[in-house]
Amino acid sequence: MSALLEVRNAAKTFGGVVANRDISLDVPAGAIVGLIGPNGSGKTTLFNSIVGSHPVDAGSIRFDGEEVTRLGVAEIARRGLLRTFQQTRIYGRMTCVQNMAVSVPRRDEGFGAMFGRIDAAAADRADDLLGFVGLHAKRYLRAGELSFGQQKLLEFAMALMNEPRMLMLDEPTAGINPTLINGLIDRLKRANRELGVTLLVIEHNMRVIMNLADHIYCLAHGELLADGPPAAIRDDRRVVDAYLGAQ
Amino acid sequence: MNAAAGRIALPIVVAAAGLVLPFLAPNYLVQFSTLWMMVVLALTWDLLGGQMGYNSFGNILFFGIGVYGTAVVQRDLGLTYFGGLGVGLAVSIVLAVAVAVVLGAGLLRLRGHYFAIATLGLGIAAGEIAGAWDYVGAGSGMLTPPFPGTVDGRNILLYYLFFGLAVLCFLSLRWLLAGRFGLAANAIRDDEDKAEAMGLRTARYKIVAWSVAALFLAVAGGLFGNQIGFVDPRDTAFAGATLGVWMVLMAILGGKGTIWGPVLGAAVFHFVQELTWIYLLGWQRVALGLFIVVVVVFFPEGILGWARLRWPAAFGHRVEEGEGT
Amino acid sequence: MSNLDVLLVAPQFALQLLIDGMLFGAIFALAAYGMALVWGVMNIINITQGEFVMLGGFVTVVLAKAGLPALLSIPVSAAFLFAVGWAIYRLAIYRIVDRDLFISLLATFGISIFLQQLMNQTFGADPESIETGLGTLVLLGGDITVAWIKLVSFAVTLATAVGLYLFLRHSRTGQAIRATAQNARAARIMGIDTDRVYAFSYALNAAICGVAGSLVAMTWVIQAFNGLAYTVRSFMIVIIAGLGNLPGVIAAALGLGTAETFVDFLIGSEYRLAFVFSLLVVILVVRGQLLARRRQVLK
Repeated sequence: MSALLEVRNAAKTFGGVVANRDISLDVPAGAIVGLIGPNGSGKTTLFNSIVGSHPVDAGSIRFDGEEVTRLGVAEIARRGLLRTFQQTRIYGRMTCVQNMAVSVPRRDEGFGAMFGRIDAAAADRADDLLGFVGLHAKRYLRAGELSFGQQKLLEFAMALMNEPRMLMLDEPTAGINPTLINGLIDRLKRANRELGVTLLVIEHNMRVIMNLADHIYCLAHGELLADGPPAAIRDDRRVVDAYLGAQ
Repeated sequence: MNAAAGRIALPIVVAAAGLVLPFLAPNYLVQFSTLWMMVVLALTWDLLGGQMGYNSFGNILFFGIGVYGTAVVQRDLGLTYFGGLGVGLAVSIVLAVAVAVVLGAGLLRLRGHYFAIATLGLGIAAGEIAGAWDYVGAGSGMLTPPFPGTVDGRNILLYYLFFGLAVLCFLSLRWLLAGRFGLAANAIRDDEDKAEAMGLRTARYKIVAWSVAALFLAVAGGLFGNQIGFVDPRDTAFAGATLGVWMVLMAILGGKGTIWGPVLGAAVFHFVQELTWIYLLGWQRVALGLFIVVVVVFFPEGILGWARLRWPAAFGHRVEEGEGT
Repeated sequence: MSNLDVLLVAPQFALQLLIDGMLFGAIFALAAYGMALVWGVMNIINITQGEFVMLGGFVTVVLAKAGLPALLSIPVSAAFLFAVGWAIYRLAIYRIVDRDLFISLLATFGISIFLQQLMNQTFGADPESIETGLGTLVLLGGDITVAWIKLVSFAVTLATAVGLYLFLRHSRTGQAIRATAQNARAARIMGIDTDRVYAFSYALNAAICGVAGSLVAMTWVIQAFNGLAYTVRSFMIVIIAGLGNLPGVIAAALGLGTAETFVDFLIGSEYRLAFVFSLLVVILVVRGQLLARRRQVLK
């Protein structure tokens, strides 16, 4: 059975610098897969290529059996593959509730739907999801007034609101108060288990990713260095060297 | 007065005042007609600008299309005055919306200041082309047909047409912005890349917004041409350096991104305009230029923006409830 | 015989247009360079650019009518516009330096309108021009004529451009300006008074426009409402050439001047401005399309 996300021989060069060289990975449906590697190893470039921010120079990307290599960001998002941003992007001047309401799935949105009102079912789902991330009390605040950590939770809730099949998270614990990290990991696992959302997570925090992922890919210098279950990666000399040594 | 009651009461009060105005101030009919027109100009600008983040300096294009479209139909189709006016406005709407869709496909791809400058070029180019095109009178302009009746009769008719247009525009935009369209527009404004990353069909929303604006602007233009009686390509129709800029200022002055802001801004600006004309005459335009700078540099949040900061509760700004996280 | 046919039958006519176009385009290069300076240093697109040019022209017109030889009015114009630019910076621009580009666009547009109307009230609406009485250079046995003043203007433009280049490269102020343009925060940390740099840059730009305006008054026509066209020309040139690219600015400016001159001849001078403003739209839309194809967005 093929994986939900299949990346084959992805390559990307930026003005002379090879960011990704011949990278292949699989993310099976329902799994939590980690993507690690030192700074500059090409993780974010790979991310951006997969979600369509920029096209790959070579290689193929298949999502849910469909070739999505040449598609743009919005089209890929409508097929159920979403990403969150490292700097955390939400709609600052809109309230949390509005942020949620505008994040409804757009897959089958016909022309007439543009003029519709916000239906009650969607409003209820938004409420539940805000509660899930612990922002229910702040739902009428403008998103821009939330703290960074709260914005990250909002962004996560908005992503879930969009009913994705797979969610790609770019350093979800970066900049978060350590005491809140466990809560975030817990919610990620619950989203995966209860809502069936497949996850691909870029992470720098080793404790987090070892705890969270079923399978981990490690990049270094734009290439795939190693992959395997967390225990294997943790003990892999090459991975340790990549982080500590290779200057 | 709480927000919900205000939503219903305020428009009714304003509408009622507008209905009886011709009887209270019959000597100022043309000024009030212009005021309602300014309201439409400001509201349509804000739909794309304040609500969606696409600040256009070229909305005057659609206004000019309305002026000329209506005038040409009135001149060439040989209908009665009212028939010509009606058909002219309809043709203007179709033309303006078509232009919005076609040009929008290319122009709405541009972001931020590039969009602003490109639309600026568009508005001025239209005026220049009209000023050289003989079919519409080139530099000499065109005349709109005389009204079959007294001057007062014409002014009253046009007043109610402008008033009706303003009311229709306000209600339409408010309805539009209260639903999914408003949410999408604001999302595009706040972070368009994020909106795309969430699957939003941004191009669709942008083009529809511009088309809606084009529709109302075309009608406003058609009526304006008939009010003035004479159409000059650069001063009446594609008045980029006057109306084209003022519509931006009015929305910002009142508070952009709100539904009442442009209305308030139009009223205040129009008042300032009349005042400076009375006291400054030829220096009116100089004063208005200065006014633009002062508002933009020192008061960009506008009246409603300032009021919202000062009295947040009155604007329905709700704070978090008692329950903890 | 249409105008196009004239060109094909008598190619020396095309050469005439080319020379005229390039000589005129050189003036655009000055205004474009100034706009690029302000844009690069303060991240402000100065819509007031064209009005500074017109104002410079009016200074020359007024002084020439008072008896001063036209060429001597150039430094006066530059000095006057420098002061005007400094004043406008201190009164308004300083507040919009760190704000988003749309606010600066709208503010400078407002100032542009203010100046347009002020010039209109002060100097009247009639187009003005100055005769320098320098005569005409005749080439190719009468087929090509070049007004001497246009050659002089080209020389002045060249001298000003070279002077600016050397100033920015070698003077202390010039280095401070370049440092601020590259990284304002770092410049501040190193002790550079960036506010003064901004004021100076804005004023310098105005002075450059003043020189350009004086030349326009001598080679073409000055009118209170002609400014916006110069702003748009400058913007197009900067967009095409890119911010740091002086040779590109010169090439684009000469090219634009030539294109305009040919359009003027082939389609008629009443379409000249329509061409300029339409070209702006076309350039931006095409640029947007090209960037979209490479999956980047014009930000």
